[in-house]
Amino acid sequence: MGRHLMGRARVAVVGVGQTQHQATRGDVSMAGLVREAAGRALDDAGMTWADIDAVVIGKAPDFFEGVMMPELYLADALGAVGKPLFRVHTAGSVGGSTALVATQLVQAGLHERVLTVAFEKQSESEAMWALSLPIPFQPPMHAGAGGYFAPHIRSYVRRAKAPDHIGILVALKDRRNALRNPYAHLHEPDITFESVQESLMLWDPIRYAETCPSSDGACAMVLGSEAVGDAAAAAGGAPAWVHGTAMRSEPTMSADRDPVLPLGQRECALDVYRQAGVTDPRRQIDCMEIYVPFSWFEPMWLENLGFAAPGEGWRLVEDGVTAMDGDLPVNMSGGVLSSNPIGASGMLRFAEAALQVRGRAGDHQVEGAGLALGHAYGGGSQFFAMWLVGAEKP
Amino acid sequence: MRDVAIIAFAQSEHRRRVDDRNEVEMLMPVVGEVLASAGMTMDDVGFTCSGSTDYLAGVAFSFVMTLDGVGPWPPIQESHVEMDGAWALYEAWVKLQLGDVDTALVYCYAKSSPGDLPMVMTRQLDPYSVAPLWPDAVSLAALQTRAAIDAGRVTVEAMAEVAARSRRDAMGNPKAQLAWDRPAADLLAEPETVAPLRRHDCPPISDGVAAVVLAAADAARGRASRPAWIRGIDHRVEPMALGLRDLTDSPSTRLAAERAGLHDGPVEVAEVHAPFTSQELILRAALGLDGDTVVNPSGGALAANPMMTAGLVRIGEVARRISDGEHRRGVAHATSGPCLQQNLVCVLEGDT
Repeated sequence: MGRHLMGRARVAVVGVGQTQHQATRGDVSMAGLVREAAGRALDDAGMTWADIDAVVIGKAPDFFEGVMMPELYLADALGAVGKPLFRVHTAGSVGGSTALVATQLVQAGLHERVLTVAFEKQSESEAMWALSLPIPFQPPMHAGAGGYFAPHIRSYVRRAKAPDHIGILVALKDRRNALRNPYAHLHEPDITFESVQESLMLWDPIRYAETCPSSDGACAMVLGSEAVGDAAAAAGGAPAWVHGTAMRSEPTMSADRDPVLPLGQRECALDVYRQAGVTDPRRQIDCMEIYVPFSWFEPMWLENLGFAAPGEGWRLVEDGVTAMDGDLPVNMSGGVLSSNPIGASGMLRFAEAALQVRGRAGDHQVEGAGLALGHAYGGGSQFFAMWLVGAEKP
Repeated sequence: MRDVAIIAFAQSEHRRRVDDRNEVEMLMPVVGEVLASAGMTMDDVGFTCSGSTDYLAGVAFSFVMTLDGVGPWPPIQESHVEMDGAWALYEAWVKLQLGDVDTALVYCYAKSSPGDLPMVMTRQLDPYSVAPLWPDAVSLAALQTRAAIDAGRVTVEAMAEVAARSRRDAMGNPKAQLAWDRPAADLLAEPETVAPLRRHDCPPISDGVAAVVLAAADAARGRASRPAWIRGIDHRVEPMALGLRDLTDSPSTRLAAERAGLHDGPVEVAEVHAPFTSQELILRAALGLDGDTVVNPSGGALAANPMMTAGLVRIGEVARRISDGEHRRGVAHATSGPCLQQNLVCVLEGDT
């Protein structure tokens, strides 16, 4: 289905691990948190710390934990001593970008086995205020990320003539999907359409129950060369193969920008599809984990990523196409709406996509998933990272 | 590996305190200068990567402000590391290996002046067992220096020679912040500030920015008369805890130098990122530099030490000397973390 790009060696995901995500992981230090995820990824890959050639770690702003460049303190815990240790920070997309920087090390032939880790321990601080940029840097126009994004959503609702209940449907779906995912932060078995609808309106039209939680958590993956992937396959490890990768950035404020349908995200998706030989994403991609921190981003991003025409994304939600039993399941794990350790949230999307094509997604497995999209975005809808992973070699 | 070269380098004048410009305003002239020097505009840049830290900017997502200044429109391929710009250059070098882009812009910056830098840097330490003690960077370097003196690897006389040579060489560097000409013997008459360090053993606190343009193969040859080719680049890390490593040596530097092929040829010039005089002596030993190598002709970090930037400046200083024809082969080194915890080595060569 895909093709091997010049200059890029093949990359396989041979190990995936994540922590239990919850509001406060008071039982572990930051080192304990990253080791919980990384240790599980190594176990999954059948490897030990000694097998790893390099470590690439990412997280969102250091103020979230109050530690400047914490990877330096974590070097020992990550088994990185004597190895290259690399730290990425690209805002909310960072979990995805970190996985892609790690992927490049294998694609370039520099390393055989790379451990990539992303984390956030948000309980160490108050993320909403950390995300409210203080004067004199920015005019004090909003509180928290929801305040920033609500106008984009209102613009989407107006342009798409979307009915008011679409956001509720997305929240209900993702929180119900989370009941199938033992690692998810929010498990709300009693959630109903009415309970979402009646929850507090925080930033019109975003209700409390349509908003991502603030979580402690980490995610890790072991990425390997083609030889490592082949060995994993021979041992029954079911590697996921990387078919396409891309990152794009655009300005925070520009008269040319459309934050509802960002050009950078569109170009990023098209780049990934081109690499993977995907010409009809709606038909060729089996399922996806996309970064939806507020419910309405699901229909918005479905349009921008090429799964629906502009103004039509909400219909996929309303028709149940994106549900677990629909023909294009979205955020089977429960998504960012159910677990949000910010720095790790992007990598969780990438990792869940890999789990799907490996057939290792447990109770939230999509039967026969052959090609899955992992997606992250960050900043003011301006930083984008994506990969397509498949069960077959590209 | 694909041939990748540094084809342009620019840096600000490094100053103790730049009050009249923010980070964006400091950066933009330097980005403009480096692109003009490469004969490029942002439209010609295939990949952009920057290095900075929110802890010095005092605001989360501070790199977004500078990226907005650089102007990522139409959308660009871009990344950011919470590391010195030398590591941003490493990511860009890896990206160029993949073959889908041919040029990269790398930049980095920091203003240390708005805060109390030694206190800010304590926030980098183990948050559970060390940071609560607030040990400042100068005190940690003093501990390292004491260990090196006790081990017989460093003397205060040799440290004073490093200080005198660096500040004297800095007199020829218009970007340098701290430059003077005094004999080493005079320096030793001064009192210790944090024993065994004297004032001259310590770096200045600097505000500054730097930028580099990388280009691959033909794109480099087409844009520069004498590209500075990256022949090897590698970085390694040690544990942070001072009790878990030998502070009198830099094994991560030695390993990175081996991996980068440092000793596959003569080393004519070295720019070593050593904020403290004793660290230069430790690094020279780890890099295996002998008397034939010109070390830190720019004055090094002892002449200007902009955080997140001084490492990339080392690479740029070596590249510039190779592009000027002054040298044919050299090495640049960057460090991060307390007491040389993390180290990067970049070997550069000009065409013969």
